[in-house]
Amino acid sequence: MEPKPQQNECGCDCQPQSDRSNSARLTPFPMAPPVPKPSKKEEDADIPCCGPPAGPKSSPDERPGYILCHFVERFLSTPAGAVPVVKTALDRKDTIGTVLTRIGIGRNDYKVAPGLYGVGAPDADSPVLVTANYKLSFDALRKELSGINAWILVLDTRGINVWCAAGKRNFSTEEVSDRVRGAGLDRVVNHRKLILPQLSAIGVSARAIKKSCGFEALFGPVRAEDLKRFLQNGMKADDFMRRVTFTLKERVELIPVEIAMLWKPAGWILPAAFFLSGIGPGIFSLSRAWNGMLAIGAGLLMGVLSGGVAAPILLPWLPGRAFAVKGAVTGGIFGLILLGLVPALGWAKGAGLFLFILAISAYQSMNFTGSTPFTSPSGVEKEMRRAIPLLAGAVLISALLWVGSAF
Amino acid sequence: MKDFRYLTDVSTLALDKEICVGCGLCETVCPHGVMRLNGKKAEIIDPDGCMECGACDTNCPVQAVRVTPGVGCAAYIIQTWIRGKENASCGDVNCC
Repeated sequence: MEPKPQQNECGCDCQPQSDRSNSARLTPFPMAPPVPKPSKKEEDADIPCCGPPAGPKSSPDERPGYILCHFVERFLSTPAGAVPVVKTALDRKDTIGTVLTRIGIGRNDYKVAPGLYGVGAPDADSPVLVTANYKLSFDALRKELSGINAWILVLDTRGINVWCAAGKRNFSTEEVSDRVRGAGLDRVVNHRKLILPQLSAIGVSARAIKKSCGFEALFGPVRAEDLKRFLQNGMKADDFMRRVTFTLKERVELIPVEIAMLWKPAGWILPAAFFLSGIGPGIFSLSRAWNGMLAIGAGLLMGVLSGGVAAPILLPWLPGRAFAVKGAVTGGIFGLILLGLVPALGWAKGAGLFLFILAISAYQSMNFTGSTPFTSPSGVEKEMRRAIPLLAGAVLISALLWVGSAF
Repeated sequence: MKDFRYLTDVSTLALDKEICVGCGLCETVCPHGVMRLNGKKAEIIDPDGCMECGACDTNCPVQAVRVTPGVGCAAYIIQTWIRGKENASCGDVNCC
């Protein structure tokens, strides 16, 4: 766990001078002095120049050294400084960012600046919603807030989503209290209530927040999409809002990253396959090594597709509770498909490749437990104690069959 | 979770009813409906539904609910076997 900045002990009414939050230090500033209007003559002069006509003038909200975020609609003046009001509709830039992040590109640095934001036309009585500074979390929240006036307090969770950040204690009691103080929230709102996402409860203690910054922490629904109903119900969550789900859509969204993480092992499996395949009577055969590597590469791909794509999609319908069993089932099917496509391998190599696909698929599927919202670490460990020796054995036999077939 | 069930009899979740003050926070924070307030005391109604996230443990004011929380991906657990719990990480900062 990373060291936490020392918490200010002086209570909530006192504004620490720390520069933790940019927005807290923003003071309403007068509009830039009017730029002298170009004379009619200059404006109309059709001076031939290269390139297309110039774009619009800079926004008055732009300031040297800062980038104006595309999701900010306007700035609202508050007793604690100017607060950006964000859009509730996602645009093309957001969508592109989401897609890239989902396939693992720039995923570790997809964040928004922590601090106070607004949505709609918030006033001193509007609710305060707390979230993580992972941009996917921030987007998931704001896109559900159309027609709602609220404040959004974004914590510095190091660009990690709510649940994982709470598990790592980046979404923590200290972070919430520090951010409340840093944003000068007590000067912005009259009430003393925060709505936290329910899944942050791993990392924050509602009682400790109240003690530390005077704000009462209420746990809102698990999903941002239920927030509107939660607010309409007088901040009461029903059972449905309190439960996590794992729908097909939610499972599919997780698949690309699982696959993207598998490039690393491929970096040593393929060279090993090349080496093992070349061994035989007489000298090391380059052509046999190459062909063997291609076959094992195809097997690896099948194993990954089986355990990382088919198993997550088919999760509720695959037999067994253990993920390794589910992955072995799809792996068996994918193995048979590959053997059907490449019939000329011979029995030893065929059996070896089949075992290899089975093992990769079972492992990949078992690793998916880390992305599911219902597997307990104790359960995963129990499953692994039995599965890992079996899988290692399968890979060993597979390698022996593969090498042995050359003799 | 009703439609997804994992291994049974593995969770480290434990409740000491003697200490429980019946505040109901464990019921509120549990994402799987494992805990329920029955009168003045909480009870574990679905132990096998527990995923050991630790939300109840963190929020219990009197430490009546205890659970050993953790990360449940295979890569991480292998690391804890090799390098010990303190030094284990699965490499990717965003992976949990």
